Amino acid sequence: MTLLSVENLTVRFETPDGTVNAVNDLNFTLDRGQSLAIVGESGSGKSQTVFSLMGLLAANGRATGRAVLDGQDILNLPPRELNKIRPEKMAMVFQDPMTSLNPYMRLSDQLTEVLVHHRGMSKRDALAAAVRMLDAVRIPEAKTRIHMYPHELSGGMRQRVVIAMALLCEPDLLIADEPTTALDVTVQEQIMDLLASLQRDLDMAMILITHDLGVVASSCRDMLVMYGGQVMEYGKTIDLFEAPSHPYTRGLLSAIPRLDQQSDSLVAIPGNPPNMMAPPSGCPFHPRCTYADAGCSSHNPTLTPYQDRQRACLKSAEELS
Amino acid sequence: MTDPILSARDVRVTFDIRPRSAMPWTPSQKLKAVSGVSFDLMAGQTLGIVGESGCGKSTLARALIRLVPAESGQVIWMGQNLLDLSTSDMRRVRSDIQMIFQDPLASLNPRMTIGQIVEEPLITHHPELSKSDRVTRVRETLDRVGILPNMINHYPHEFSGGQCQRIGIARALILKPKLIICDEPVSALDVSIQAQVVNLLKELQAEMGLSLIFIAHDLSIVKHISDHVMVLYLGNMVELSTSADLYATPRHPYTQTLISSVPVADPRYVKPDVDKIVNSDLPSPINPPSGCVFRTRCAHATDLCSQTKPPVDDLGRGHLVACHHWKTVPALVS
Repeated sequence: MTLLSVENLTVRFETPDGTVNAVNDLNFTLDRGQSLAIVGESGSGKSQTVFSLMGLLAANGRATGRAVLDGQDILNLPPRELNKIRPEKMAMVFQDPMTSLNPYMRLSDQLTEVLVHHRGMSKRDALAAAVRMLDAVRIPEAKTRIHMYPHELSGGMRQRVVIAMALLCEPDLLIADEPTTALDVTVQEQIMDLLASLQRDLDMAMILITHDLGVVASSCRDMLVMYGGQVMEYGKTIDLFEAPSHPYTRGLLSAIPRLDQQSDSLVAIPGNPPNMMAPPSGCPFHPRCTYADAGCSSHNPTLTPYQDRQRACLKSAEELS
Repeated sequence: MTDPILSARDVRVTFDIRPRSAMPWTPSQKLKAVSGVSFDLMAGQTLGIVGESGCGKSTLARALIRLVPAESGQVIWMGQNLLDLSTSDMRRVRSDIQMIFQDPLASLNPRMTIGQIVEEPLITHHPELSKSDRVTRVRETLDRVGILPNMINHYPHEFSGGQCQRIGIARALILKPKLIICDEPVSALDVSIQAQVVNLLKELQAEMGLSLIFIAHDLSIVKHISDHVMVLYLGNMVELSTSADLYATPRHPYTQTLISSVPVADPRYVKPDVDKIVNSDLPSPINPPSGCVFRTRCAHATDLCSQTKPPVDDLGRGHLVACHHWKTVPALVS
């Protein structure tokens, strides 16, 4: 059953230097309990996509299109309406666990706030619920730790608190924006395992934003590859990994150094990411694409079905092999 | 075997920590950032240093070139102990040892053009060169790292992260150093750009016979670039070996955990079964565990581990492990 369907989502920012097209015509759907990874380099528009869903765009940003969550279009809702939806139906975990907690507030105050406001719980019940949630995210001695300040915890512990806070109202959809980028590998593994088991237990859908393809491979069924604000390829993770049909997906997959394989030289994608103030004409990837020809610089490809997935490339998959 | 270009012997770095509430007469606490690390770096080779944040990898690198004072130990660079040199002698050595930093944009002065940034080391170390000679060298070096030389009058903010890191590399290269210390040079870059920078470093190394010390927390990138890899934990060396040996047969429980934690970019990959870290938090370096520093998180720890610090054992072929139980710890099967 479809939980979230995003149709023709476009995000623009008006700046003194001109309009920035951060996200162009994005379409995807997410089923209940499923997970989707949005992959791309910095500036590809992956964060702005979910910020627009959460109603967190900067004041000069405007989103158009539709984003239907559980039957209701949530795009550009007034804050009062969004506040009814946000913790109960969707919640977000941010990248930097230090800056997403208020350094002046004890964990107990930060965690109970949402329950008191949204569930109308008493302070005491909310505290008990918050302790249970900290237990669920495997924070040892949750009863004593809940009275601490964020700076008294390590990075991994803080990220667990942020996850606990997002899950307090048992949302249908959890959006995790680079949840482990700031953490060490050992902690990253624990956090990803934790997210996977919580997702199972609560039957929660998840959008995971990341640039680490290793994390995607082990945790998400679907995968959306973005570049320059557009979708390049969208399909099942396993299909995209085993037979990437877009030059950018291929480049990304071959650029990662692998522990399980030996290679002498990494295959880099030449060139630099696009400047979104002055995006390239035609396909945003054409200046860095080895297959590009004159057509690619004048026509912008649209996302079209191809076998088991969707891809946006003017070259057919056969031409690229 | 040739002589090593750089040998560190029992390098120790200790910081004095004074809590804000401390009275003037309370003694300051000692934070042992690096406690007794030794290694040899051969000319033209790369030593990778890995470990979690806070394990002392950056402090060790900085201590080698005296950006932080080492408490004791020796750093032998081409026959002389760097820790004993006078400031003016040290300055001469610094033109042979250069450094590249993590944050590409923050390590470039925003008020200087990239031409001035890359030229500055030449003014300091080769005042005899004329302005036009310097500009020629700047253009050559920028060209070598893949920055168009006609960009020399641009400012750092006009470049992307990958380009800024190339400029940082050009600044390190212009003095034709023998050793470059790279402190997380690619952590802030996207994968496609990361590959460009790593390939560039490898090319330059082959071309100029550079030695590299490559610090990173990303184990796969370190495997890719290094000849030898050292694993640090809480300021202690836990394992040191050739890159091939270390990744194929890690013997220290900590190295095994680190390697098995790296997510593999293959949806069909099944994780090997390892005895995982018990407790996820790094102990405080102000008050490190007795005996083996890793014992509080180790699945194989015994009483012996809390009593005595494990000796560094040589397993042959230069594979060093500091663990009491390396013989009985099961091998990592993948």
